[in-house]
Amino acid sequence: MKSSDIKQFLGLNALRLCMAVVLLILFVIFYDIISKGAGKISWAFLSQPPRNGMTEGGIFPAIVGTFCVTVITAVFAIPFGVGCAIYLNEYAKDSWITRAIRMAIRNLSGVPSIVYGLFGVVLFVNMMQFGTCILSAGLTLGLMTLPWTITASEEALKSIPNAYREGSLALGATKWQAIRTNVLPYAVPGMLTGSILGLARAAGETAPILFTGAAFSLPILPSSVKDQFMALPYHLYIMSTQHQAIVKVRPIAYGTALVLIALVFFMNFGAVVLRYHLRKQKKD
Amino acid sequence: MVRKEKFIEGFFFINGMAVIIVLLGIFVLLIVNAIPAFRDISVWDFLTGKVWNPEAYGKPSFGIVSMVVSTLMVTAGSLIVAIPLGIGTAAYLTDVASPRVREIAKPVVEILAGIPSVVIGFLGIVLVGPIIAKLTHQTSGLNAINGSILLAVMALPTIISLSEDALSSVPKSYTEASWALGANKWQTLITVKIPAASSGILAACMLGMGRAIGETMTVLMACGNASAFPHSFIDPVKTMTATIAIELGEVPYNTTHYYSLFAVGLVLFIFTFFVNLVSDTFLHKYEKVNR
Repeated sequence: MKSSDIKQFLGLNALRLCMAVVLLILFVIFYDIISKGAGKISWAFLSQPPRNGMTEGGIFPAIVGTFCVTVITAVFAIPFGVGCAIYLNEYAKDSWITRAIRMAIRNLSGVPSIVYGLFGVVLFVNMMQFGTCILSAGLTLGLMTLPWTITASEEALKSIPNAYREGSLALGATKWQAIRTNVLPYAVPGMLTGSILGLARAAGETAPILFTGAAFSLPILPSSVKDQFMALPYHLYIMSTQHQAIVKVRPIAYGTALVLIALVFFMNFGAVVLRYHLRKQKKD
Repeated sequence: MVRKEKFIEGFFFINGMAVIIVLLGIFVLLIVNAIPAFRDISVWDFLTGKVWNPEAYGKPSFGIVSMVVSTLMVTAGSLIVAIPLGIGTAAYLTDVASPRVREIAKPVVEILAGIPSVVIGFLGIVLVGPIIAKLTHQTSGLNAINGSILLAVMALPTIISLSEDALSSVPKSYTEASWALGANKWQTLITVKIPAASSGILAACMLGMGRAIGETMTVLMACGNASAFPHSFIDPVKTMTATIAIELGEVPYNTTHYYSLFAVGLVLFIFTFFVNLVSDTFLHKYEKVNR
C-alpha cells in the first residue's frame, strides 16, 4: 500500500468515527431518559398535580402551563413573522433598510435566551405592568421565536414560482390580490411547518420564562393570561437542582424530562405530517 | 384601490421595521437599565475586578472578570470538542456516506438540535457529573469540564449542518480537477474541499461559539456555580449567563445589584453580537466566492 492510501484509509475512518460518536451521544441521551423515565409515565402522572411538597403526584399543571404559554407565543410570533416575511420577500427592494432588517433578524437569532429574559422582565413585567404571568412569558418567548418564524415563512414564500404572481398580475389583479390569492395559499404549509418547529423550540426553553412568569409550584391551574404558571422545562430545572429531597424526586425529574422530549418531538413530527397532508390537498 | 394597496404595503413595511425596533429595543433597554449600576460602581472596577460579591456586608464588589473567564473557559472547552467532531461529521456526510445513509443521518443530527437545553443540563447532573467525579476523584462532577462537554453537544448540530452546507456547495469542478490530477478522496477533501469551504466552515464554528457563549440552562445546572476565579477545568465555574439566571430571581428591583445584572447582560449581548457579526462576514465572503 502506498502511504497516500494508508493516509486515506485512516482519514476516512476518522470521519466515520466522528459520525459514530455523534450517533452514540444521541443514543446515550435517549437511552438514559427513556429507560429511567418510562417507568414513571402513567395516566396519574400526566393528569394529577404535584403533592406532598412535589415529592409525589404528577405534572399536569406543568403540561397545561407549557401549552398555554406556547399558544400565546404562537399568537404573537406567527402573524408577526409571516407579515415580516411577506414584506421581505414580496415588497422589499434591495435597499439599505432591507439589508438592515435582514441583519437585525440574524442578530436576533443570536441573542442569548437569558437576555430575552432580561428584556421581558423590563418591558412586559415592569414597563407594561403585566406582572409575572403567562402573557409576559408568552410574549418574551414570542420575541425569541420571531427570527425562526420569519426565516421559515420567507423560505416558504421563496419556493412559490414567480409565474404564480405574474399570472395573477397579468389578469389585472393588484399586488396584494396576487399575493393573497396566488401566493399565500400555496405558502401556508411551509409557513406552518416552520413556525411549529420554532414553537417546539420555544416550548422547551427555560431561561426566558425564569423571571417572566414561571412558578415553582402551583396547586391550581391558571385561569387567565395574567396568572403565573408551571412549565415543563422549569419544572425539570426545579426538580433536578432546587428541590430539598433531590435524590428522592429524581424519578419525577426523569419522567418530566421524558414528557418534555416527547412533547417537542410530537410537535416536530406533527409539523412534518401537517405539511405532507396540506401539500397533498393542494395537489388534488 | 391604489390607496388600499399603499396602505397594505405600508402595513407590511412597519411589520418588517418592527424587527429592527425589537433589536434596538433590547440594546437600549439593557443600556438604560445598566447605567444606574455605575452610579455606585466604577466602570473600571466592573470590567477589571475579579471578585463578584454584590451582597457582601459593608463593601460589595462587582467585578466580572471571573465570570467572563468562566464563560470563555467553557466555550473554549466546548469548541475543542465540537469543532473537530462537527467538521469530521460534516465531511463524512458529504464525502463518505452513501446517499441512503445521508438521508437517515441528517434528520438524526437535527433531532440533536431539538433537545431542550434544560434536558441536556439535567443529563449533565445525573449522567456526566458522576462520571467526571469518579475520573477526577472529586466529590462533585459539576465543573467547567462538564459544562464544556454539554455545550459541545449543543453546538454540534449548528456546526455540522452549516459546515455540511459549506462543503457541499464547493463546485464539483474543483473536486473533479483534483481527481484528474491523481489525488485520492482524502487528499481532495483536505487540500481542495476544506480550504475552498473554509469561510463557510469558520462561520459555522463562530455561530456554534455564539450559541455556547449565550447558553444558559446547561451551564447553570452543570457547572457548579462557584464565584471564585477558576484555575483549572475541574473547578466549578459560574458563567455570565448563570449569574444572571441565579441572581435576578433573588434581588429586589431597582437596587445596584439588580442594575449590575443588566450590565452583565449588556456585556453578554455585545459579546454575542460581535461573534455573530464576524460569522456573518465570513458567510458573506463565502457567498461571494461561490457566486
